[in-house]
Amino acid sequence: MSKRLFVAYFEQEEDILGVTRAAREQGYEIRDVYTPYAVHGLDKAMGLRKSRLPWICLGFALLGATAKLWFQIWTSAFDWPVNVGGKPLASIPAFVPVTFEITVLFAGLGTVAAFLLISRLRPGKKPLMSFNRVTNDRHALVLVENDASFDPLQAAELCDQYHCVEVEERLEEES
Amino acid sequence: MADGISLLRSPLILGNKTAAQVTEDVCTPLDRGPGIAWWFAIAVSLSMFTLGVLAVIYQLFTGIGTWGLNNTVGWAFDITNFVFWIGIGHAGTLISAILFLFRQRWRTSVNRSAEAMTIFAVICAGIFPIIHMGRPWLAFWVIPYPNFRGPLWINFRSPLVWDMFAIGTYFTISLVFWYVGLIPDFATLRDRAVSKVKKTLYGFFSFGWDGSTKTWQRYETVYLLLAGLATPLVVSVHTIVSWDFATSVIPGWHTTIFPPYFVAGAVFSGFAMVLTLMIIARSVLHFEEYITLHHIESMSKIIIATGGIVAMAYMTELFVSFYSGNEYERFAFVNRMLGPYAWAYWIMVSCNVVTPQFLWFRKIRRNVALVFILSILINVGMWFERFVIITISLTRDYLPASWDNYAPTLVELATLIGSFGLFFTLFLILARFLPMIAIGEVKGVLSYGRKGIHVAGEEAGGTKSIKTPVQLGSGVQGGTP
Repeated sequence: MSKRLFVAYFEQEEDILGVTRAAREQGYEIRDVYTPYAVHGLDKAMGLRKSRLPWICLGFALLGATAKLWFQIWTSAFDWPVNVGGKPLASIPAFVPVTFEITVLFAGLGTVAAFLLISRLRPGKKPLMSFNRVTNDRHALVLVENDASFDPLQAAELCDQYHCVEVEERLEEES
Repeated sequence: MADGISLLRSPLILGNKTAAQVTEDVCTPLDRGPGIAWWFAIAVSLSMFTLGVLAVIYQLFTGIGTWGLNNTVGWAFDITNFVFWIGIGHAGTLISAILFLFRQRWRTSVNRSAEAMTIFAVICAGIFPIIHMGRPWLAFWVIPYPNFRGPLWINFRSPLVWDMFAIGTYFTISLVFWYVGLIPDFATLRDRAVSKVKKTLYGFFSFGWDGSTKTWQRYETVYLLLAGLATPLVVSVHTIVSWDFATSVIPGWHTTIFPPYFVAGAVFSGFAMVLTLMIIARSVLHFEEYITLHHIESMSKIIIATGGIVAMAYMTELFVSFYSGNEYERFAFVNRMLGPYAWAYWIMVSCNVVTPQFLWFRKIRRNVALVFILSILINVGMWFERFVIITISLTRDYLPASWDNYAPTLVELATLIGSFGLFFTLFLILARFLPMIAIGEVKGVLSYGRKGIHVAGEEAGGTKSIKTPVQLGSGVQGGTP
């Protein structure tokens, strides 16, 4: 079932921050806020949890480090040992540079892949919601009209206090 | 307006831009057809590139005898060019990652093109070791893969193998970093595109970006993580490049200061190249209000700092060679300064030590034409630094009987010209199809130093509200797709 959404547009950074905070305090369900650039503090105003991507990054980094270190020891000391200048077969210090590079490679690619996956971004995807001028210079606050008690006029009044430039209602598009 | 300007901070972007104006300013050069200047530039750079391609084809089919190398000097032009180009790339990562971590917000105007410069410089750099292999069709042998020769694995103790991994990772991470930064800008381009082809193409590359704060929050996290990863990475890359030399026993190569010396030199030359490119781009694309004199000054200051480190490294090298008591080491440096290639050494010193000193003067830092000339001199000097370190050290080794001189052949010179052609061709193509300034990031710094001025307002200083509420009382009005 598609929900009805209430969309309000703003032009100032302070206004979108203020109205988001106020809407959350007054118990409106905020679907999302769409902005042309990363507005700092907006995630806190919306009450979003901190992203857990750093943990994914750490996981991939550890995976890369272990895998590469293991691979170098396995190839150099076990699978086909070659004596190079009388150095120990598992010469760990000499394995550090490549291990570091692969750690960074895994961590970087893993984090970006996880980000695209979680945010459902992929090549050729059409944006689910598109709001007028939101990638240019407008901020859009999207509220969910979750029950009969939602009063669009009251919500519009709240938005007006924050210099809202336009409001509209729309049906949520099926994703 | 004057009362709205903060006393402590001056605005990063001039001209009291609104967000919509930023979009227009950055995107309109992409809508216009290329001008005469662009066609002229691409004609020159493509000709240079073609010359390089022909030279490479010729040397591949004829053999490595087309190079000026001999038994004594086995590394010269290709390796010099490789180290030079890799160094150029470092400034891009420094701007996008290290300055980001240090919260240097002026970087937003230059980071997009600096990152692109990194990618193109690494492409140019990567070509040289592959040519230098002599049998480039076997280049894949440096990659560990299961094979029918044992399997015989590569030697992970070799700095050349480290180098391959370092460059490969550096290229991949730089590319990903750059692309992630581009996604929101692709969405902006998609939403303002008029023609269907452009809309589809930009839409494809924008990954369905819609500006949601949930995504922005994750995006910012990813950006921070990538910056944190790229910072040690960029230091590691030139460190490993320097190990190619430092782990050998050639006098003049075998020294422990190489890693910091090379990294500082890389940043030094990279910033010179960024300045060269930015000064051209800002005047050709009319980005004077985005890439301001303040930006040029800041980059000049980084050049003074890194140039100072480079100068100190030169002196440390000299001192250590005399202090070491090792006659081969001493001779290597006397030979650099007074030997048959003394001219190269003194070009290096005058370009890298003397040139940056002019930038101490504010008047010179704010004189765009002078900075442009100085930046080119530094690029020349840094190319000679690599030539001095790599080639001169090899010409005079332990045995006077094996001494030999080196001079590049025309084929090698054509290859170098070709790499410059490739670099500028890629850059010019980029300038036609992608925004040269990170639109999303610049919008975020518009309010910097402009307290009380509303950057998104319809009117300048728009503290007045613009209220056009849609009639909602009638109930169902939704479903506007």
